[in-house]
Amino acid sequence: MSAIAATEPFLERAPQLLRDAATGFLPEPWRWLVNSLIAIGVILAVFGTLFAFLTLAERKILGRVQNRPGPNRTPLPFIKIKFFGLAQPFADGVKSLTKEDIVPRDADQVLHFLAPVVLLAFSIITFAVIPFGRHLVPVELDAGVLYFFAAGAATELAVFMAGWASHNKYSLLAAMRALAQLISYELPLLLAWVPVVLVAGSLSTTEIVTAQAGWKFGFLPHWYVFTPWGFAGFVIFIVAALAESNRSPFDLPEAESELIAGHLTEYSGFKYALFFMAEYFGMIALSGMAITLFLGGWRAPLPFLEWIPSYAWFGAKLIVLLLGFIWIRATFPRLRMDQLTRFAWKFLVPLALINLGNAAFWSLTSHWTGALQLIRWAVSLVLIVGPFVLMGRKLSAGVAPRVYRYAPS
Amino acid sequence: MATEIAFSDSAAKSARVRPAPGAGQEFETEKMSLSMGPSHPSTHGVLRLQMELDGEILTKCDPVIGYLHRGDEKIAENMTYNQFVPYTDRLDYIAPLANNMAYAIAVEKLAKLEVPARCQAIRVLTAELARVSSHLLGLGAFGIDVGAWTVFMYAFEEREKLYKLFEELTGARFTTSYSRIGGLQRDVPEGWTGRVGAFCDQFLPILEETLALLTRNKIFMDRTVGVGVISPADAIAYGLTGPNLRGSGVGLDLRKDKPYSGYEQYRFDVPVGTKGDCYDRYLVRGEEMRQSIRIIRQVLANFPGGDWYAKDARKIFAPPKDKILTSMEELIQNFMIVTEGPQLPAGEVYFEAENPKGALGFYIVSKGGGVPWRLKIRAPSFANLSILPKVCVGCLVSDVVAILGSFDFVMGECDR
Repeated sequence: MSAIAATEPFLERAPQLLRDAATGFLPEPWRWLVNSLIAIGVILAVFGTLFAFLTLAERKILGRVQNRPGPNRTPLPFIKIKFFGLAQPFADGVKSLTKEDIVPRDADQVLHFLAPVVLLAFSIITFAVIPFGRHLVPVELDAGVLYFFAAGAATELAVFMAGWASHNKYSLLAAMRALAQLISYELPLLLAWVPVVLVAGSLSTTEIVTAQAGWKFGFLPHWYVFTPWGFAGFVIFIVAALAESNRSPFDLPEAESELIAGHLTEYSGFKYALFFMAEYFGMIALSGMAITLFLGGWRAPLPFLEWIPSYAWFGAKLIVLLLGFIWIRATFPRLRMDQLTRFAWKFLVPLALINLGNAAFWSLTSHWTGALQLIRWAVSLVLIVGPFVLMGRKLSAGVAPRVYRYAPS
Repeated sequence: MATEIAFSDSAAKSARVRPAPGAGQEFETEKMSLSMGPSHPSTHGVLRLQMELDGEILTKCDPVIGYLHRGDEKIAENMTYNQFVPYTDRLDYIAPLANNMAYAIAVEKLAKLEVPARCQAIRVLTAELARVSSHLLGLGAFGIDVGAWTVFMYAFEEREKLYKLFEELTGARFTTSYSRIGGLQRDVPEGWTGRVGAFCDQFLPILEETLALLTRNKIFMDRTVGVGVISPADAIAYGLTGPNLRGSGVGLDLRKDKPYSGYEQYRFDVPVGTKGDCYDRYLVRGEEMRQSIRIIRQVLANFPGGDWYAKDARKIFAPPKDKILTSMEELIQNFMIVTEGPQLPAGEVYFEAENPKGALGFYIVSKGGGVPWRLKIRAPSFANLSILPKVCVGCLVSDVVAILGSFDFVMGECDR
């Protein structure tokens, strides 16, 4: 990590100051190791807590959308005060820890045990390269983005492991769905961020955030989401991220009305909780990456708000994205498998490829100014809106509005 | 559910073989048999589907029914006509008010009883409320089946309000036993009709809001348009009735075609579908709820006064309690009704009513006396489910769930 200028606001430097106060007395080789362990501990603690309260937030928000209170009966520990069900995550944790862990007799014992562990491990190691704040990058990798998606792709493999090892037909169907979904949505996910790498000229997450610094007209941040190709890339990324993290409306592997609980059918107790944890960690990680790639990372949205520490901005953006995920879950029905893959291959992938060309054009014309700048925007917009409309029309073909008629009486 | 993957040899032989890409040789594929139900989130009770899957495509689908068989028809032969009323609650337990009415009218037809206008109006009112309640559940369950939980919650909030009204009217939320032979259990309570009107007023906007979540939803349309198509000819051949038949474009509605209980006085339209797919069945149910509200409003607008039970129903009703305690004649009559049942003439009658799920028919063979000699129940869900093996073949597992949701069946009635 680069040296921190003492001119920066105190809050911005606070995490480093705290860490240095704790490990400063150690000799140099040891300090690196302990610092890394502290970083791991902090990530696990912060995102573990976020996971716990995200489950509560999800249930409360779903409840609000669906005209019901959501969890509100759990009293705070040792006192009998019920406060918005805030103690619910603890109750859930205790429950899942104390429940019996049932492994089916015919299950592949090793794989059945490994699947949740692998899933969680791969979900967590993706956090290593996300810049959470100005100086808060756990590991500075030159190919950080590549590392992130390589690790992220392995999570679907764990879902397949779970489905296969359970020796249950529903789980097996879920496993097949998970693999089909992985292959279909990994591609648009990758193609969605390639333009960012193209324009930023780096695979390092820190560099990508640096490239989004500065203001247009003094107030519009230079985030990639505010460019035509960046916006399209962001939307494709979020859609693919929903599918990658098995969230509604792409939660086919665990479609409860069809496959009972999909790959989770034969899991109980803490292993079940681990799956949930991994799903939420995956969702948080993908949101974090979306922020890094398209939403300017930890940067403030307006110049006069820059005094707020960078990690707070990152957290705020993260929560907004996560709430969006929950909102989507409350609103949409579930897709069917063939529609899911068709949507990926016939719509998202071509659109992402065109968007790549669009970004190349944007990159090539970066020196255009004045009226040319307007032409640049217009061309870029046409390049993305045109294919969107054309392919969208193709996708919606045959699904015209329809009404009933009245029987003649 | 069996956890092992059973592959049958005969199935493997008839399995569709796919050529391997690029290679001339063919892979032999095997089929997976999957038993969906009787305990499965989307089989709406205890329906079991024995499916044969090629990947996720169904090659065979056998509905296995009977898990909720209670022998209702046999039970009817062993009790008086009055005693069977609570059993009708448990047929289509989503709309007991409508079942009570259908049974009561069937027995009245046998007894040649005429019920007064007020009784008919109250029966129509309760039957239409039951229809709204049943269609709301159908809509919500359909929503869950395709993954839209919010629709279910919205629908159930409205059903809860309906249950409050039912409770006020009959004393029970679920098993109402309201329509009795020759009349009703009791008159409507004070101010109840006003509360029904208030329910209708607030319900319609909420219904529109709920339906708007699905009707033009791209994902919902993808899941339902062109899925589970039933041609009008097939629908008739398999004896489908109710919204499932009308979804296929056949405009049969017993309320219009063979009006009973004074339905001919009310103006309403019968919505029918155009394609016969799941989406059409959904649209038809949505519109039927609006039409039901329309009927309810007409009933409320000129709610007839007068008696709510047939005056000539003395042979069926127990006499007033104070008379039983003081008068010998009434005491004997009460004793006879309780022990031997109302004495009805010998004969055969068949009556079917347009229930929320379809035509619910009661075929009563009487050899005189207080108990039916045979009582056959024509359950709409039973007939509706018979088309499943035809509709489901070639569908995906997800489609099966959507088709089941769109059929809106209830196993209590199917298994009887």
